[in-house]
Amino acid sequence: MTKPLLIADGLTKRYGAVTACDKVSFSLDEGEVLAIVGESGSGKSTLLNMLACRLAPDMGEVRYRMRDAETRNLAGLSEAERRLLMRTDWGFVHQDAAQGLRMNVSAGGNIGERLMAVGGRNYGGIRQAAADWLSRVEIDTARMDHKPTTYSGGMRQRLQIARNLVTSPRLVFMDEPTGGLDVSVQARLLDLIRGLVADMGLAVVLVTHDLAVARLLSHRILVMKNGHVIETGLTDRVLDDPQAPYTQLLVSSVLAA
Amino acid sequence: MTTAYNFAYLDEQTKRMIRRAILKAIAIPGYQVPFASREMPMPYGWGTGGVQVTAAILGPNDVLKVIDQGADDTTNAVSIRAFFARTADIAVTTKTSEATIIQTRHRIPEEPLTANQVLVYQVPIPEPLRFLEPRETETRTMHALSEYGLMHVKLYEDIARHGHIATAYAYPVEVAGRYVMDPSPIPKFDNPKISGSAALQLFGAGREKRIYAVPPHTAVVSLDFEDHPFERNKFDHPCALCNATDSYLDEVVTDDRGGRMYVCSDTDYCEDRRAHGHRGAQLAEAPAGSALGQKPNIEAAE
Repeated sequence: MTKPLLIADGLTKRYGAVTACDKVSFSLDEGEVLAIVGESGSGKSTLLNMLACRLAPDMGEVRYRMRDAETRNLAGLSEAERRLLMRTDWGFVHQDAAQGLRMNVSAGGNIGERLMAVGGRNYGGIRQAAADWLSRVEIDTARMDHKPTTYSGGMRQRLQIARNLVTSPRLVFMDEPTGGLDVSVQARLLDLIRGLVADMGLAVVLVTHDLAVARLLSHRILVMKNGHVIETGLTDRVLDDPQAPYTQLLVSSVLAA
Repeated sequence: MTTAYNFAYLDEQTKRMIRRAILKAIAIPGYQVPFASREMPMPYGWGTGGVQVTAAILGPNDVLKVIDQGADDTTNAVSIRAFFARTADIAVTTKTSEATIIQTRHRIPEEPLTANQVLVYQVPIPEPLRFLEPRETETRTMHALSEYGLMHVKLYEDIARHGHIATAYAYPVEVAGRYVMDPSPIPKFDNPKISGSAALQLFGAGREKRIYAVPPHTAVVSLDFEDHPFERNKFDHPCALCNATDSYLDEVVTDDRGGRMYVCSDTDYCEDRRAHGHRGAQLAEAPAGSALGQKPNIEAAE
């Protein structure tokens, strides 16, 4: 059995007296989709940011199996290594696409940025890759030279996904990827994400408060409340047979999860 | 010389501070060194950075030339020359070959520079990544880690929009295989002249408080794509006054009926060629006594 891709070990973050995240530990295998669910303020975004090296934990560490198969503590990486990791082997999909995109750069440039950042210097090749990715995320390639400001919310989100996946990362962090989109757009986006995740064998850490999204995409679920992990297990098991009282409440509060 | 001023206007401590920044800049080619830029008796955008660098390196035996868009006779050039003639009592010239320090805005002289010359650029915005990444903390990190992919995003956008790299001035360069630098708003025609030049090149940005440098004989490469290589501006005409085909030309509108002529932007180069007998097609038609036909009179201007 291969070693896990990502290991969180006792991650803790406090803001003054508030403990946003209390000794959270789990491991994630390659190709596995983990959903972190919980209500607002439960610490799921804090946890995601610590995992993605966007926030330093007060205690605990995150270990990651690099492409050379060596598992390393992310806090021990140099900033150059960490940034390289972030833009090649990782992706980060923001809830608000404007945060993850360069809004004044064309769609093609947005997708090509990571390629150019790792030394891509062939315009034709970059453009071809951008066109491929646009069609993979179901955006008309005729809109390649348009800026994301002219895109709809759903298109922006798909463009953000394409921009992240162009370097074939192994791990993608998603923060409410379907938040703020209407239901039919959500459904198409989820379908697309599910297809890409399966095709590319992506490991995903998905933060969501929408249990339907977790049900559709994830293999495993981690339920958080007040910075603690309340319950964890296979998605179907947790949603169909919740053990913890809080999870039961959460599941029953959804109309048809 | 007016004795109320210290030599070359700035006090000695300030000049030392600037010289330290210059030395550091030379030691790390292309790296933007912060310095405590002073108020100068001219507005930002008129060369306050260049003037401070010039003041810091000026000695009593230096001969100063100042050009603005290649010309020796424009307001900016005349004023700065007059400023140093008054505060440092040094010799000034319009001849590129005679100058030991050349302060410039937007051009590099056509005549190759020599080892005993220093070229001082006036720089409005020293950060090449600025319009792509507004955060200073982020651009500094990008420089520190040589993360220059974003610079190519700009060139990519140019090609996507215009079919070719449309950046015609302030064209980004990589210095000595390390730092990406904004060469100041010189036309990209001048970019190849930066590379391997025998002269020391100093860049001063007064408002942005940065100094950077290209030491002599340093390799400077203009960024490009494999399939869209860097190209110099090309001109369809020779200079209308001196018939030069190897210089950067300005378009001068001569009347309101579509009349125009293309003349060297480097006035000294053009005059020198004419003095050596080169004749352009429209030399005879050039308005007599205008800036185009006449050598600027420095004495009168000052």
